[in-house]
Amino acid sequence: MNKVLMKGNEALAEAAIRAGCKCFFGYPITPQTEVAAYFAKNMAKRGGVFLQAESEIAAINMVLGASSAGVRAMTSSSSPGISLKSEGISYIAGSDLPCVIVNVQRGGPGLGGIQPSQSDYNQAVKAPGHGDFHLVVYAPASVQESVDMVFTAFDTADRYRIPTMILSDGLIGQMMEPVVFPEKTNDIPEKSWACDGHKNKRKHNIVTSLFLEPDKLEKSVLQRNEKYKLISNNCADCETYLCDDAHIVITAYGATARIARSAVNEARKQGIKAGLFRPKTLWPFPENELRNSCKNAGHILCAEMSAGQMVNDIKLYTNCSVPVSFYGRTGGVIPEPEELLREIIKLSEGRQ
Amino acid sequence: MLTRIIISGFGGQGVLFIGKCLAYSAMLIGKELSWLPSYGPEMRGGTANCSVCISDDAIGSPLVTSPDILIAMNEPSFDKFEKKLCTGGKLFSDNSMIEKKSRRTDIKCFELPASDIAQNNALPRMANIILLGKTIKECSDMLFGINISTVTQVFEKIIPAKKNDLIQKNISALNLGYSM
Amino acid sequence: MSVIFQKPKSLADVQTHYCPGCTHGIIHRLVAEVIDEMNIEGTTVGISPVGCSVMAYEYFNCDMIEAPHGRAPAVATGVKRADPELFVFTYQGDGDLAAIGTNETIHAAARGENITVIFVNNTIYGMTGGQMAPTTIPGQITQTTPYGRDPKTNGFPLKVCEIISQIDGTAFAQRVAVDSVPHIKEAKKAIRKAFENQKEKRGFSIVEVLSSCPTNWGMTPSEALKRIREEMIPYYPLGIFKDTDVWNK
Repeated sequence: MNKVLMKGNEALAEAAIRAGCKCFFGYPITPQTEVAAYFAKNMAKRGGVFLQAESEIAAINMVLGASSAGVRAMTSSSSPGISLKSEGISYIAGSDLPCVIVNVQRGGPGLGGIQPSQSDYNQAVKAPGHGDFHLVVYAPASVQESVDMVFTAFDTADRYRIPTMILSDGLIGQMMEPVVFPEKTNDIPEKSWACDGHKNKRKHNIVTSLFLEPDKLEKSVLQRNEKYKLISNNCADCETYLCDDAHIVITAYGATARIARSAVNEARKQGIKAGLFRPKTLWPFPENELRNSCKNAGHILCAEMSAGQMVNDIKLYTNCSVPVSFYGRTGGVIPEPEELLREIIKLSEGRQ
Repeated sequence: MLTRIIISGFGGQGVLFIGKCLAYSAMLIGKELSWLPSYGPEMRGGTANCSVCISDDAIGSPLVTSPDILIAMNEPSFDKFEKKLCTGGKLFSDNSMIEKKSRRTDIKCFELPASDIAQNNALPRMANIILLGKTIKECSDMLFGINISTVTQVFEKIIPAKKNDLIQKNISALNLGYSM
Repeated sequence: MSVIFQKPKSLADVQTHYCPGCTHGIIHRLVAEVIDEMNIEGTTVGISPVGCSVMAYEYFNCDMIEAPHGRAPAVATGVKRADPELFVFTYQGDGDLAAIGTNETIHAAARGENITVIFVNNTIYGMTGGQMAPTTIPGQITQTTPYGRDPKTNGFPLKVCEIISQIDGTAFAQRVAVDSVPHIKEAKKAIRKAFENQKEKRGFSIVEVLSSCPTNWGMTPSEALKRIREEMIPYYPLGIFKDTDVWNK
């Protein structure tokens, strides 16, 4: 095993190249710029394409084009840039095209700030663009996971012909940790649907999201929904930590989950039975696992770097059967383990 | 054990670099670690800093707010972080750049005119490495036994071999700091 | 019996949705004839826009992609970069190319993308029912300029070929019209040239085709052709604005 020390953003780009990403289109924005810069430095010499687009809008549409032509394609940005990409993301979903989109989240709304944030949960999970569609959303909590999830994200995208998203943040993107790159390279499936020139050997392929007749559009949406059911069964993933006997379960994803884990450890030292439930996919949400993890819990504490977004899903997926509290910092403020510990202690005292 | 380190100074003084050296050293000795830089406009001519965590166990938050070790290379860094050092913490400051002195009695202070030493020993822009040498000497336990030889290996790994003279200068500066 | 006239092979044998008298049909045919003559249907990918020609993917037999509004040059860039051996063309109207997609157009040209852009300029938004386009001529009445386009409030039209020809990455920019047989023949030559340029990797090629919209102009087809001649060509002069090899000048 060959460990290297790398920034989350750079490791993610390296993983994409190893996963067979042939085309990357991007636009500079803090705190994701290292992703584009890494591709700029490495893509051409490894047989791929890096292009700095004139806008986020152009970048996502270049992805649409390259993916239509049958190659693995990717773009990355940070929150304000993802808003610009949402038109293209919707078209990509509506055209059943595979691709990977990376969001290294920063604070919003508007220009917001450039420090880490998780305030794009709702955008990623509920409304990445107009229309009836989903992205599979992966939430890495470490540099290693950023790497592993890129491989999975490309595979899932190709297997189901859907866009997938890596929902990272400024903390995971900027930090360095040791990382091991998997040896194997992915097998990329045949893409008989691609617009790569029919070579007079088949009927022409069409990539489109337009269905002017309502029953045809409905059929296409429902077919995609069948795919989503499969994905929900096959792709939901999570990590549970000390949940079995936990009276208080913290739910947190990405960077916040790391902080929550420290708080859980500290709480355990003080004799409080705390545990951590960390969804690794935000859509599909590992809802069965959440319910299992909370079966002994008297309270759930949802921690986020937002004003409260995932917390609503936690209530939904537990059918409000366990009281759910929320603790969030936003605007780029990173909560400290002590803040979460205080909340855990408060809840545990309220219980007694 | 978990050791939290902040290294702070002007952009260009090499604070991120010595943070990376410590992080890389931790990787070589098989410890868990994280390195997190400050980023954004403050990097452009303002104060840059990085957080390094080294631990036996998986690291939670990579952001250090109360360090066990602080390396301060300019006065704004001293002002910002000196008060945040944990009790029992160690402060390393370049007093060629910082006039103030800590009044705290619950921390240990190591003042070194690192920039002047670098200048006088024909090691320009290596005040950071001199401070790193001193830190390694005084924090052996807190740094899980990271020593001169670990950091020397790191230099050889992260500085391209064709810049051998730079590697040698870094090693000299490291040893010089260690001998102080 | 010898065949003296037939549909181009790369044009699908289907009924189009274009209005009677619209010249989109002629322009489709010219593009298809060029694809046939160059024998490149199997290696061509077309990009249809949002606008009247949104359904063009049903009419061409080569592989086709439907792009978001204005983004066809970006989509074309993605395809071409993924496989530089493909012939890639976009087929865009004036709203698509010169309003919502101006940025994509200008920058694809600036990069010297080795693609062909067919730009259909009929000075109006057709599909949405006749609103002002970026190319609507001063004084022209549309649904959103009911008293005629007044540059003081609505600004001036964009002269696309003139703009694009100023860009270093542009290899070829020509404005043609399809109002008469001689003009149609000229248009075909220009389109052929724009595709040949891809083969020779000369850079970005655009052919602006002055086209009619009898329905939204409120004219008969022949009145519409007359308008191209009498109102459009004087404002948008025909001709080659640029013809060069971007990379080996």
